[in-house]
Amino acid sequence: MIPVRRRGLLGGGLAVAGLLPLSRFARAQEDQVNIYNWDTYIGSDTLAEFTDATGISVRYDLYASSDELFGKLREGNPGYDVIFPSNNYVERMVAGDMLMPLDHALVPNLKNIAPAFANPSYDPGLKYGAPYTYSLLVIGYRKSAVAEPPTSWSAVFGPDAPVGRVSLPNETDLVRVALKSLGKSLNSEDPADLKAAEELLLEVKRRRVVKMFAPDTGQDLLLSGEVDLAVDWMGDLRQVMAEDDDLDFVVPSEGTVLGIDCMCIPKGAPHPTAAHAFIDFVLRPEVHAAIAEEIQYAIPNQPAVELLPAEIRDDPQVYPPAEVMAKSEVPAYRGEAAEKLFEDVLTRVLAA
Amino acid sequence: MENWRRQPWVFATFIGPGTLWLFLFFLLPLGWIWLFAVGEREGPVDIVVTWTLENYREALQPVYLQLFLKTFLIALVSTAICLVVAFPVALAICFAPDRYKNVLLLLVILPFWTNMLIRTYAMIAMLRQNGFVNDGIGLLWTALKYLLTPVGLDGLMGERFAPLPLLYNNTAVVLGIVYVYLPFMVLPLYANLEKLDRSLIEASLDLGASQVRTFFEIIVRLAKPGIVSGIILVFIPALGTFLISDLLGGPDSQLIGNVVERQFRAANNLPLGSALSFLLLYLTFIALALRAWFAARAEKADA
Repeated sequence: MIPVRRRGLLGGGLAVAGLLPLSRFARAQEDQVNIYNWDTYIGSDTLAEFTDATGISVRYDLYASSDELFGKLREGNPGYDVIFPSNNYVERMVAGDMLMPLDHALVPNLKNIAPAFANPSYDPGLKYGAPYTYSLLVIGYRKSAVAEPPTSWSAVFGPDAPVGRVSLPNETDLVRVALKSLGKSLNSEDPADLKAAEELLLEVKRRRVVKMFAPDTGQDLLLSGEVDLAVDWMGDLRQVMAEDDDLDFVVPSEGTVLGIDCMCIPKGAPHPTAAHAFIDFVLRPEVHAAIAEEIQYAIPNQPAVELLPAEIRDDPQVYPPAEVMAKSEVPAYRGEAAEKLFEDVLTRVLAA
Repeated sequence: MENWRRQPWVFATFIGPGTLWLFLFFLLPLGWIWLFAVGEREGPVDIVVTWTLENYREALQPVYLQLFLKTFLIALVSTAICLVVAFPVALAICFAPDRYKNVLLLLVILPFWTNMLIRTYAMIAMLRQNGFVNDGIGLLWTALKYLLTPVGLDGLMGERFAPLPLLYNNTAVVLGIVYVYLPFMVLPLYANLEKLDRSLIEASLDLGASQVRTFFEIIVRLAKPGIVSGIILVFIPALGTFLISDLLGGPDSQLIGNVVERQFRAANNLPLGSALSFLLLYLTFIALALRAWFAARAEKADA
């Protein structure tokens, strides 16, 4: 019987429990990098090529949502070196002192980042994260089920939205696009604007337009024929469009949410040098282009985009024209109290 | 058990591991959550325990109380359906020949061999617009129409088959809860009915009571402990459901479990989530205490 001391157990128990599964990788010499990424979000050869090029082996873990990533790291980094948070989580994690600043000298390929993404509002000067991909929240639709292709948010929020044939996201982005459809900034914290957005969403619900507030599954509902219109991310919709010719999407004319996923190094990363090497490797034009071709997401890497086949590079549904991008906004994280304003609206809408 | 005072070490050996386990992995984490409920957020990560009652005050707002009520009703309906469905099943297994009993019990717990998430996705495949149920009914519909056409009655059936809206509504949520928790009702009922003294049933029938009266006054009454534990085993997890309502529910199927889940994850508001879940816990305790009190009173009245 091992004697158990209560204090030691309370103090170290949780930390040890968190670290145990990875501790055998956390060696002093940096011949290893531990990556934590979204599922289906990297090229199938990228990791092997990185190991061939640098001799650093890769341990690769997957998560399904930003809050899963945040939840895993909030009690301390369990041993990851590179993570892929979205823009608002980059801000949240910086506020929570959870990210290590990037050493730009170790990531020379940051020069490849297109000017439009090189000094973003969520991370001025790319201090903490290298932009990896970006996507817009758009309206996907079944061509044969709509009289004419939708052009604006009124297709899902307006009086003509089809009853019971629409899926909307069950996240605060819903409140943000409702603000956008009213011509406001999607970061507006003005109580009058938020009230108007809430009224709009409650009215949409009252008209029984919504079939489901989907947890990131709008594209599947569209594909299986449950709904005719689904608000979802461009990249997700492109994946189902490849399976069904009758599906398409439109970027609403009022503008929408722009989401940017970044490569970041969490505080306490056991192999920071290897992590920088990995980020720099991904930003190599030929590597980033190969990833983009496979996962179908837009990348903010200028020379890499130029390497892409013309049919992808010139497709406005992968790389929307500048005027469309100009109307889109990156959701800002302005502290937990501001986040709560959006959460409370969402709660009241979902509960109504 | 009369001996445990005399042999405390034997008793400690038996009770020790379980108590330690429950203390470390149940009571201690629960204590943390209880403390979060009286804490405040300081930035995105830190929670400071300030003994504030603000979270409970917020959790008692009408918008959440309404969700508590709705969750309670859904759990109640699901539990009632489980009981009505499970009782005949349990009875049938009891009266099955001995060599089939184990096989039948195995069939009851067979779904547990698959993860609950997968089983819920299987329900989606069954119930959705182009799912197996609608496809099956659609086939029958086409066949019937084909048969009625020569008689000139096909006009009765409409132009084309309109799929039934089986998924993404509250009915689908209840169906999902019943499907997932049914074994929790069958097993305690079976355990109880199996011990039932069958001569009592024979006596009741011999003495002239009808089948129906024998069922309600003898079998149901004697199965009461099994019914109570079955109800508790189904009702309480049903109160905390969030996965089933998330996947099978429609726009107005949000339950209190979904709100709690969102506070802990996307909303990053652990204090409010903790207050909401403890409120649910308090309500459950009150309900159980009331039940015990009524049971005690009824017993006194009987005596």
